[in-house]
Amino acid sequence: MTLDLVIFIISALTAIFGALMMIFQRNPVASVMYMILSLVSQAVLYMQLGALFIGAVLIIVYAGAILVLFLFVIMMLNLRQTEDMDSDSTPISKLAKFLVSGLLFLEMLFVVRGSYFQSSVETGLLSPQIDDFGSVESVAELLFTTYLYPFELTSILLLTAIVGAVVIARKPSNEDPVEILPFDSDDDEFKSAKAAE
Amino acid sequence: MFEVFFPILFLFVLAVVIALIMSGLSVFIGKRTKLGKKDEPYECGVEPVGNTKEPVPVKFYMVAILFILFDIEVIFLFPWAVISDRLGMFGFIEMVVFVVILLVGYFYILKRGALEWD
Amino acid sequence: MFEIVVITVIKVSVVMMAILTGCAYSTWLERKVLARMQNRVGPTYAGPFGLLQPVADGLKIIFKEDLVPKNAEKVMFALAPIVTFVPAILTFAVIPFGADRILFGHHVKMVISDLNIGVLWIFAVTSLGIYGIILAGWSSGSKYSLMGGLRASAQMISYEVSYGLSIIGVIILANTLSLTEIISKQSSDSIWFFENWYIWKQPLGFFLYLTCAIAETNRAPFDMAEAESELVAGYHTEYSSMRFSMFFIAEYANMLAVSSVGAVLFFGGWNGPVLPSILWFLIKVFLFMFFYIWLRATFPRFRYDQLMSFGWKVLFPLALLNTMVTAGFKMIK
Repeated sequence: MTLDLVIFIISALTAIFGALMMIFQRNPVASVMYMILSLVSQAVLYMQLGALFIGAVLIIVYAGAILVLFLFVIMMLNLRQTEDMDSDSTPISKLAKFLVSGLLFLEMLFVVRGSYFQSSVETGLLSPQIDDFGSVESVAELLFTTYLYPFELTSILLLTAIVGAVVIARKPSNEDPVEILPFDSDDDEFKSAKAAE
Repeated sequence: MFEVFFPILFLFVLAVVIALIMSGLSVFIGKRTKLGKKDEPYECGVEPVGNTKEPVPVKFYMVAILFILFDIEVIFLFPWAVISDRLGMFGFIEMVVFVVILLVGYFYILKRGALEWD
Repeated sequence: MFEIVVITVIKVSVVMMAILTGCAYSTWLERKVLARMQNRVGPTYAGPFGLLQPVADGLKIIFKEDLVPKNAEKVMFALAPIVTFVPAILTFAVIPFGADRILFGHHVKMVISDLNIGVLWIFAVTSLGIYGIILAGWSSGSKYSLMGGLRASAQMISYEVSYGLSIIGVIILANTLSLTEIISKQSSDSIWFFENWYIWKQPLGFFLYLTCAIAETNRAPFDMAEAESELVAGYHTEYSSMRFSMFFIAEYANMLAVSSVGAVLFFGGWNGPVLPSILWFLIKVFLFMFFYIWLRATFPRFRYDQLMSFGWKVLFPLALLNTMVTAGFKMIK
């Protein structure tokens, strides 16, 4: 048994363990921590395949940025312990959950069976690197030439997300326990407060 | 690749072991006295007022979303910076377009005052 | 293979020791320098010049009681110092601290791991460092901790974007993400050994890097996380004994890390004449650390809203401008 195989087994098991614990945890903050654990071990798996850049991006964007947002949202809604989520779901929605997750599982099986990586090329953190595969240069070469339009479209997508975030965050609603502060001076509440002064 | 990743692996394991030892040291060595009031959260010596169950202002959520969006932009800039010489003028214009579109979003945020803290 | 393992084990252990000693003596340096700047003498009793002060402090802290507040979330509370400490140490994995050497007949690289995505590694590890702070603030069950943790994490993510952007100018010049190559591109054989340092081509980039690095490590004047006048001690208010000091060790390790990265990216790393390369590296890191302490003695703390708008409205546009102007200049040449 090589060291590479050991690393693979450890990080694969950790990734699965983290994913399972994320679902089974009642405490949402603990869930997020397990998700980080899972993501970091997945990054190790990517790096074992030689995709250093993708592994690093997985950590920076997912583990380092998106999960911070998750944590902030959990704190914003102040979810210390989740209530029993399942209590108010109808039998139909329960069935739908099982169906969809079953379909996803089948899909995953097909992807694994028809896997692209069936060659006998030796991959792993500790084995020699294959040419230029997965390096920053090769990813960049593809991203900025062949996949130019998707890349530029990403910026439009990000722009939409920015606008969406701003609009959602400033929409006041009465049931919402979250205190929403007026961003704009044209806000009615703000104006009346100003007038009162 | 062995000489690249084995040291990182070893450093990681060593760091975790040292962290565990250090945080364990006082738990085992430090003395312990039980006093009722000692376990209360610190509040300058008076009885604690209120609790930590207050929800957090929405501004923090806003900052986190903006962080993700611009972080993704930075991530795209890294590979571009590495091969910017090879891409030449074409690559430069490509990135200028990308950045300008995101700058529109940035100025929109400024205009709506989403970055104002009270 | 066996040779690599042995060299690695020795090298990593030595570096680890150096980091921990460096952290301990940074506290001594800080107290001594701050004292001098305020016309005091600082620690003097433990050993000559108070040099044994860090040892005395360490021993004292170990024998203190480890308190866990009653409404803390126990597991997270215990996890937080570890999650803060480990990423702080991992940054050093890619930092070259000297020129290659022949030691006992073996060719030894003076870097733990010559990863070819070194800059991304630093960026990734830094982005993970935030969780320890959020966790500590969240799990303590104290208002001050929660506020401190939240403020610190919002501040860190705000400055992380500009932190990443300020490095990109250097990458455009060097066209590589490997720190070893960035250093070798800054070397020069002429008498003006500093002529190729990137500080000359990236003055704005360096200023931005420095500012963001100070904010990232939560140091004065951006030490909003532990603003003692408002938040007692911020996210580590409820911590005591060794767990408390782990946050401090992590903070000093982070300071050493960003100082080393700054020295590598903008001051040619270990490049320098006459003196051995490792000494040059240490001198540059020391100057950065001195600057950190100097800042703390000079500037008052920012107000939180000033801090956030400074990050988003000044540093971010400047960093983006710096990147595009650098790229533009390179295109024209």
